Amino acid sequence: MSRIILHCDMNNFYASVECMLDMSLRGHPVAVGGDVENRHGIILAKNYEAKKFGVQTGEALWQAKQKCKDLIIVPPHYEQYLKYSKLAREIYADYTDQIEPYGMDECWLDVSGSTGVMGSGEKIANEIRERMKFELGLSISAGVSFNKIFAKLGSDMKKPDATTLITESEFKDRIWGLPASDMLGVGRATEKVLSSYGIHTIGELAKTSPELLKRRLGKCGIMIIQYANGQDHSPVANVDYEPPIKSVGHGVTTPQDLENSAEVWNIMLALTQDIGHKLRVYGKRASGVQIDIRNSELSHKQWQKQFEVRTNSSSVIAREAFRLFERSYSWDLPIRSVTVRAINLVSAGLPEQLNLFENCEHIDKMERLDETIESIRDRFGKYAIQPATLCGKNTKMPTDREVELKMPTGMVM
Amino acid sequence: MEQNFKKVYVGVELEVSPEGKVRPVSITYVDGITYEVDRVRQVTRAHATKVVGTGIRYSIVVKGKDTFLFEDEGKWFVEGHAEN
Ligand SMILES: [Mg+2]
Repeated sequence: MSRIILHCDMNNFYASVECMLDMSLRGHPVAVGGDVENRHGIILAKNYEAKKFGVQTGEALWQAKQKCKDLIIVPPHYEQYLKYSKLAREIYADYTDQIEPYGMDECWLDVSGSTGVMGSGEKIANEIRERMKFELGLSISAGVSFNKIFAKLGSDMKKPDATTLITESEFKDRIWGLPASDMLGVGRATEKVLSSYGIHTIGELAKTSPELLKRRLGKCGIMIIQYANGQDHSPVANVDYEPPIKSVGHGVTTPQDLENSAEVWNIMLALTQDIGHKLRVYGKRASGVQIDIRNSELSHKQWQKQFEVRTNSSSVIAREAFRLFERSYSWDLPIRSVTVRAINLVSAGLPEQLNLFENCEHIDKMERLDETIESIRDRFGKYAIQPATLCGKNTKMPTDREVELKMPTGMVM
Repeated sequence: MEQNFKKVYVGVELEVSPEGKVRPVSITYVDGITYEVDRVRQVTRAHATKVVGTGIRYSIVVKGKDTFLFEDEGKWFVEGHAEN
């Protein structure tokens, strides 16, 4: 019996959440961007109004502004994205327990076992779409097919707020004319190879001899030919949702080179302020810290260390980063840029063995202190409370806006 | 004339059944005025249409009038009329 797979894709997820949470944004071109006044800030997401002006994800903020001078750029609110991503999954869970997330805003659902009670795949997809709008105020596009690859393709074919059905009997007519690069598994590099063979559409790919592609693309070549023919048997993996983050970091290139340890300490302290906040939002603790130092001749060095006790405390991470720095850097040259990364993240809830030699009580205290600081910032803004050393004019830290926004690694947009 | 609304957070007195079913009994505005909830017609997850936000939506009757009360992450709000 053939399977019934849905692929649900929340439309313009970040931008849609922002517009949903702020009425004044609705109807205007809106983009979610890394630090707004930073020359290096980039577009993380945009809504349809912004898309009309050609605004693209990944391009520099100033470029986007040139295309669309009325573009409203808002900072990202990851905690909200996580919240709505989870709420969407709660809706999916009413239809099946076989749910496989693909990034924050996409999921595959295997509803083969549910159609007896709930109706056809298309009916289920439409119902989910309606509930999404009613319950969360967000729209999705859904693809319904007999495998994951075509379901995903279907969800891309009609946006926003639509359902596309690709059946076994019709798929050749419906999708063989589409560009091969529309199919999951055909990235930019593969697309280049294919077009060098004169293969441009999914249909052309489907009819290609496996031998030909195997030579250039190996196993992947054979795989994508099978995909194009509807032969994708991979199951919808039933994975528990974990935001795919392995590290959280911030880096900065200072306007003037750093000449001594005190200056480095200031920078590290400033960089880690946001790290603690992010860890808290994601419900994670760091098991270690990594620092990346670039000197005035622009050569990089990286060091890392493991903690005795996991933490989400900004101050503990700053202190450990600095200790690591002091131990490792020999000051043969001044420093141009500093990156601090909290690494080996684990869920905050996990119990852990306490190490007798590390002062757990102290860390506990620091974490509670950070929590308090956090709640003050929540209420009164980011600069309501700051480490004293960061208040002076003697720091070489660029203003907040200039700090690069580093996306948590592994995050798919 | 277009009616303006704003999100108004309120205090809520709750009644919880042994099965864990929650029923709002009264709502209290910041100025201290309390209204009895006469009836709860329906409970569903929904997003607010007049103000921003989502949550568990209680369709309630207060002083003979139908209105919505939302609960989101432990905080409760209503779609209040904005004065202008
Ligand atoms: Mg999407």
